[in-house]
Amino acid sequence: MKVLIMGCGRVGAMVATQLAEEGHEVTIMDPNPESFRRLPQNTGVVALAGDGTDHEVLRRAGIESMDVFVAVSNRDTLNALAAQIARFTFHTPRVVCRLNDPTRQEIYQELGLEAVSPTQLVSQMILDAIHR
Amino acid sequence: MYIIVVGCGKVGYPLVRGLLASGHEVLAIERDSHRAEEVSERLGSVVLSGDGSEATALAEAGAKRCDVLIAVTGLDEDNLMACQVAKHRLGVKRTIALVNDPQNETLFKALGVDVTVSHTDFILAQIEEKLPTQPLVHVMPLRERGRQIVDIRIPPDAAVVGKQLSELELPPDILISLVIGKDGTPRLPNGDTPIESGDEVVAVTPIHQEEALLDALTQAR
Repeated sequence: MKVLIMGCGRVGAMVATQLAEEGHEVTIMDPNPESFRRLPQNTGVVALAGDGTDHEVLRRAGIESMDVFVAVSNRDTLNALAAQIARFTFHTPRVVCRLNDPTRQEIYQELGLEAVSPTQLVSQMILDAIHR
Repeated sequence: MYIIVVGCGKVGYPLVRGLLASGHEVLAIERDSHRAEEVSERLGSVVLSGDGSEATALAEAGAKRCDVLIAVTGLDEDNLMACQVAKHRLGVKRTIALVNDPQNETLFKALGVDVTVSHTDFILAQIEEKLPTQPLVHVMPLRERGRQIVDIRIPPDAAVVGKQLSELELPPDILISLVIGKDGTPRLPNGDTPIESGDEVVAVTPIHQEEALLDALTQAR
C-alpha cells in the first residue's frame, strides 16, 4: 500500500514507522521539518516538509497515487480540512482522520469520514482499567 | 436577524460593528480571550470567548436559533469546521465562510457551505486596477459557471479602435455587457456601438477564453 501521512507528531511518527516496518510505502509530511527527528533512522519513510492542505504540495507528495491518506496533526480543524481535501478533491480511496474532540468525531463520522478520537479511546481505556 | 460571527479579528470586528449598526442581533465568538475582552469593551457584550469550531461553544451561542452563521477567522480549516458543525449538528440554515486560500473555495461549496467569500480575489482585482499598464481587471468570478466578469481597457493602438461591436472578431461565448467611455459615461452596447481608444469594455467570458478576448480587444493594428 502507498500511504501519505499528514503530521509528524508522536502519533504520526509511530504510525509511519509501523507501516514502513510492515513493508508499506510511506510518505510523511509536516510543515515543521524539526518534527522529523521523531522518525527512527533507516525506516525507509519519505519525509517531506510542507503544508498538508496545499494542493500543490499534496500533488508533489504523490497524493494522486496514494491508497491511504492519514491526517494526524494535533489540530482537529486542520485534520478535518486535509482529510476532506484528500477524500473529495483527490479521491483518495481510504482516508483516516484524527479528531481529539469526541463530538467532532461523531459529526464527521456521520458525514462519512473515518474519524478516530484519541480522547474517547484513552478515556475508555482508563475507565476500563479502573473497573477491572 | 440573529447572526453569529465566528472570529473577531481584522474581518470579523468591522463585520460585527456593521451588522450591529444595521440593527441585527449579533453574537461574535472569539478564541483569543484578550481579544474578546477588548472587543467587548468597544462594542458591548456581544462577544463570547470560545472556539467557534466546537459544538459546545456554538450551542452556547444559541446557534440553533440563529438565521446565519458567518465564519471569518484567518484559518480556512477553522471556518470550514465552524460551518460544518453549525449546519450538521445544530441545523443552522445558512452558513457563510471566508476563504483565505482560493484553492479551498470549490471544496467548501461541495461540502455544504452555502456562500464563500474570497478576499484574495477582491484584493487581486483592486491591485490590477491600480497598475497603470494592466489592460485587464478581474471584476468578479462567476465560479460555478466557469465564467468571469472582466474589464478591459482599449489601448490607443488597438486594431479594434474605430470599429463597431458587430465588426469585431471575438472568441465564442462572450457577452459584451457594458462599454465605458474615457469620460466615464457608461453605454449599453449593441452591434453599432463604436469602440474608441481608452474605452473600458466590461464582458462576461468563459475563464478559458479570457486570454483570447484580451488579445482580440488589445492587439495592435
